[in-house]
Amino acid sequence: MSGTALSAIRPPAIVLGPWGWARANLFSSWWSTAVTLALGYLILRWSLDFVVWGVVNAVWTVPVNAQGKADATACYSAKGVGACWAVIADKYRFILFGRYPYDLQWRPAVCIALFIGLFVVSGLRAFWRKELALIWLVALTAIGILMWGGVLGLAYVPQDMWGGLPITLILSTFGLAFAFPLAVLVALGRRSTGLPAVKLLCVLYVELIRGVPLVSLLFMSSVMFPLFMPEGVNIDKLLRAQIAIILFAGAYLAEVVRAGLQALPKGQQEAADALGLTYWQKTGFIILPQALRVVIPPLVNTFIGFFKDTSLVLIIGIFDLLTAGKIAISEPTWQGFSTEVYIVLAAIYFAFCYAMSKYSHGLERTLDRARR
Amino acid sequence: MFRSTRTRGAALFAGLLLTAGLAAPAHAEGSGSATLDAVRARGQLVCGVSTGVPGFSLPDSQGVTRGIDADGCRTIAAAALGDASKVKFVPLTTTNRFTALQSGEVDVLIRSTTWTLAREGNLGLEFAWVNYYDGTGFLVKKSSGVKSAKEMDGATICVQPGTSTELAIADYYRLNNMKFTPILIQDLPEIQNAFLSGRCDAYSTDGSALATFRFSQGPKADDLVLLPEIISKEPLGVMVRKGDDKWFDVARWSYVAALTAEENGVTSQNIDSFADSKVPDIRRLLGLEGELGKALGLDNKWAYNIVKQVGNYGEVWDRNITPMGMPRGINNLWNKGGLQYAPPMR
Repeated sequence: MSGTALSAIRPPAIVLGPWGWARANLFSSWWSTAVTLALGYLILRWSLDFVVWGVVNAVWTVPVNAQGKADATACYSAKGVGACWAVIADKYRFILFGRYPYDLQWRPAVCIALFIGLFVVSGLRAFWRKELALIWLVALTAIGILMWGGVLGLAYVPQDMWGGLPITLILSTFGLAFAFPLAVLVALGRRSTGLPAVKLLCVLYVELIRGVPLVSLLFMSSVMFPLFMPEGVNIDKLLRAQIAIILFAGAYLAEVVRAGLQALPKGQQEAADALGLTYWQKTGFIILPQALRVVIPPLVNTFIGFFKDTSLVLIIGIFDLLTAGKIAISEPTWQGFSTEVYIVLAAIYFAFCYAMSKYSHGLERTLDRARR
Repeated sequence: MFRSTRTRGAALFAGLLLTAGLAAPAHAEGSGSATLDAVRARGQLVCGVSTGVPGFSLPDSQGVTRGIDADGCRTIAAAALGDASKVKFVPLTTTNRFTALQSGEVDVLIRSTTWTLAREGNLGLEFAWVNYYDGTGFLVKKSSGVKSAKEMDGATICVQPGTSTELAIADYYRLNNMKFTPILIQDLPEIQNAFLSGRCDAYSTDGSALATFRFSQGPKADDLVLLPEIISKEPLGVMVRKGDDKWFDVARWSYVAALTAEENGVTSQNIDSFADSKVPDIRRLLGLEGELGKALGLDNKWAYNIVKQVGNYGEVWDRNITPMGMPRGINNLWNKGGLQYAPPMR
């Protein structure tokens, strides 16, 4: 009797383990089984089709003639059955670096690496010290030197020649780096009770900017603004777009930060006041750290949104990553191979956005430890 | 709705700009052209081109802007600065192209822009020359058996919304008492796929774009037929600001020089063999006699520099348009049955 009871302690494999999980979640009833089988069949078939299209039947390279023109005949005969990755092989440098002089494209390549390095370093908690500001300063100076040149024997490259991924990274990094402090100030201003003029200004800024689409702000900066300038004075197109993006992102982030401020119990402020802290001490040490922690998910949501919104600069003729990809496929040789280019572009955008989202999950977990 | 406000706004600003121009006349020293002086002081021609129209202006795999419009910029740079490579290309969209020229952001706009009365009358800009005669056409599938646009009563036609093509088709069908169903698609790859997959009977846009698209189909190009009817006139031209006539002359006569060179068989390859030519036209063109350059405020070698560094009009055509499978057609020289007629250079 006791022998059988002992052997019964170990449950049958069918209840636990992967099989048990599958049984409980995928095959629990007849319709659940049917849905699982149907979806499983479709997923398997599509992935198989994709592998056949993207790998097995794919054309990886095509011959290039003496004038540097690619001969895409192989791609045309494979159309419909196999992917033409040769378009990427021919165009990847244009997609990544735009019109940057061909022989100097190692410079934007290094800049991309610097940007990624900067993001990684800023993400590591071990580097959250005052020295981080110094690292940013050094890295951004290096990026500026590499992109512009003109010193240290590097040839000068004006910013209208910049393009591709560096433009996307510059617009989003500088956009968010400047918009975030602006947003904090605006959110604090909007909550202030003692300064009605400042409050009105902040409300006006947020509502005016939020009330128009980013596209119209970019149009304003590129179409209207130059006409208001005195003759002969031109502010660079890229800088105008950058300012428009900062202003736009600032208004949205300000509302996110304000949500965090409002979520904080009033007792925190009163306690800080009772300790005799000044306004800036109170805000810097008590209010903001708690408020910002609450709003990490919506903040990252806005960051991700803006990273992708930078692609709207295509309407004012700046070659960011997406625009460069679109232009790459307007060449007659490669018209009709847009799928391949868009897949690659999507992969690049996804890599950056997914990294941001993953990182914010980690950050939430670490910072939320106190509350659990 | 947005279009009309934009046009009105542009007209208003153009008016403001003109008044400003009258109030402060250009300085008289130098060449007599404020724009030419600015270009020389800068050492660079700032040229507005498209963000990407194949054959006209499109960055290649190495990021170098190529096309007949881009070479037009190089032609003017060769005349004004003596160096065809000193061009800064500013990619412009259809929306911001006129503002960029009005505000002085670019010196000249060569962006496959149709020469129309409204544009010249309202914008404070003017056309110096036509570098390409285009027109709206129809592309159909060979399997449909259609031989003429007149046979297409009741057809569905794929067209981009808000373009002059849309208006041209509507006019054409009304004139011929026929009916058609437009299928409006904004995105270029999408409209081309819609046509290929049979959602519409015909695809209509500028003839040059249709020929390029047909050519880009590679081996399948023979399945598509360009109908003989060209239903609208689209002279694509070179635009400058009004009020600087000297600069207008430079832009116009740079093109004329390239045409004259083709007419006389002078190419970038053989130009130096004409150094002892006895033909008066060629001697004047190359600056061997006369003072044509001086009349424009340019170096007397201006036309020589154009042909030597960029090539004559035919060479520019062969380099950019021929590879796309476009016949020369009405863009041929006047004595070969085309419209490109260069006024005499004397």
